[in-house]
Amino acid sequence: MKVLVTVKEVAQVDDEFEIDGLDVDDRYLDYDLNEWDDYAVEEAVQLSETHDDIEVVTVTIGPERSEETIRMALAKGADRAIRIWDDTLADTEFLDVSTKANLLAAVVEEEDPDLVLSGVQADDDSFGATGVALADRVGFQWAAVVNQLEQDVEANVSNVRRELEGGIEELTEIDGPAVLTIQTGINEPRYASLRGIRQAQRKPLDVQSLDDLGFDDSVVESPVDLTSMYEPESESDAVVWEGSPEETAGELAEFLREQGVVEG
Amino acid sequence: MTVLAITEHRRGELRDPSFEVITAGRELADERGGELHVAVIGGDVDTFAEQCNREGVDAVHTVDHGEEFNHDVYTQAIVAMAEAHEPDAIVMPNTVNGLDYAPAVAGALDRPLVTDAVDFDATGTLEVTREQYGGKVETTVEVDADAVALTIRPAEWPKAEGTGDAEVAEFDVDIDESAVGSTVKGFEEVGGGDVDITEADVLVSIGRGIEEEDNLPLVEALADALGATLSSSRPIVDNGWLPKNRQVGQSGKVVTPDVYIAIGISGAVQHVAGMKGSDTIIAINTDPNAPIMDIADYAIVDDLFDVVPQLIEQFGGDVPS
Repeated sequence: MKVLVTVKEVAQVDDEFEIDGLDVDDRYLDYDLNEWDDYAVEEAVQLSETHDDIEVVTVTIGPERSEETIRMALAKGADRAIRIWDDTLADTEFLDVSTKANLLAAVVEEEDPDLVLSGVQADDDSFGATGVALADRVGFQWAAVVNQLEQDVEANVSNVRRELEGGIEELTEIDGPAVLTIQTGINEPRYASLRGIRQAQRKPLDVQSLDDLGFDDSVVESPVDLTSMYEPESESDAVVWEGSPEETAGELAEFLREQGVVEG
Repeated sequence: MTVLAITEHRRGELRDPSFEVITAGRELADERGGELHVAVIGGDVDTFAEQCNREGVDAVHTVDHGEEFNHDVYTQAIVAMAEAHEPDAIVMPNTVNGLDYAPAVAGALDRPLVTDAVDFDATGTLEVTREQYGGKVETTVEVDADAVALTIRPAEWPKAEGTGDAEVAEFDVDIDESAVGSTVKGFEEVGGGDVDITEADVLVSIGRGIEEEDNLPLVEALADALGATLSSSRPIVDNGWLPKNRQVGQSGKVVTPDVYIAIGISGAVQHVAGMKGSDTIIAINTDPNAPIMDIADYAIVDDLFDVVPQLIEQFGGDVPS
């Protein structure tokens, strides 16, 4: 059995930052594996540990910088990695859902996995749509926002819980091959061991261009375009208590006593 | 132009986003000058159709198939409706179920999809406002297409009200059962247990800012000193530091205490959805620009590890060493 995990390197923004053009200035960005994808990798690795002959392959659309992040996923137990990138992608300001799904679909067709795991969303642009769009492209079944997975490897059936709003979970059975989008909290992602990090250096990391995947440059063309980025105007009208921690704690304590919500 | 808005129901009731997509759909139809059609798929369609017949709705299409949501049924029904009525825009809720079918609908109809809209302007080329980097920035996304698919963030548009004079009609579609590859086996409520945070008058709520599980005794001491109940944002529960029944937010509990003290919580939209109805919101956070500040009534911009011990002492509690 083969499990393909889509992973993305995403940026976290510092508290203080500046915007340069259509993105936050790189000086204020810290890159890491997308949190949701970390759980997806862990879920795949756990599957491979509890069953024989399961290969875990990761696929990323990302620049050379993201190889460090990809190596961390390999260090946690993925067997090999594919990174999609070339100059055309580097020159594209905004990759829309459809483009990403098309690129990933080409890898799914090439790899022919039995199960695809994807994060619910990416922590940067939070479209939350790539996994299901990918399933649609390749004709797989799917389930969005999965927070528990029991995989029947023999029958390739996924018994999942989907985390709905308001503390309700939906118990659903999905006939594979399927794409599941993985919610945080489904497992406890491990830290990479030193041994894992060493081994990851020797694991295959294959870079594929648009041409390698059988696309020409038009695949990145999209009617959807990012045209501006700005800091939202603060809607805050909070009263800010100022001073030393002792003073601000004092103000808060006085307020709580005045409200009569606490005693003492 | 025609706008098609898709409603959502669960366990016999329409959910609020149903009435929000009607409002947003009407707005979009007004900006372009057109009709608003509303789709009700599955469940008690006649009752739901009546409830959806609000001011500004021109037509309600019902598909009586199944009791609960199934993404294959939704996708097939919406695609068929779109082919029959050719709506320029399909407006869907950016809910867990919305995200389970919207990308498939967009894919099947070959329409561009923009998710999680918080605003839009359709007077010219469609411009959608979205958030990025956890709400730290906003972006404008332009969609230069005649036919689009859009999901809207819950609780951003008001619920449609009034009574409409829409034509309610059953939409005739043959659902291909052989293409339905997922089966819903049931539902389960999670997060029960000893404590009901929805009953608390005062909540001390913690987030990522607490950094480590070892720091929990500090906030527990504060909750004790205040006679308050401890709750948290999602990451604390994901890490297993507190049980699920303490989680405030979209996938956890919706709380409305007299006082909500958010400590080290940035205020992601999913969290805010669960606590914005609190009477008084107090935020303790190092980041003056954190989204939580937008809904806080009072704030301390400082390190929680400096402020919380002082606060415990104010109420005569013991600061854990």
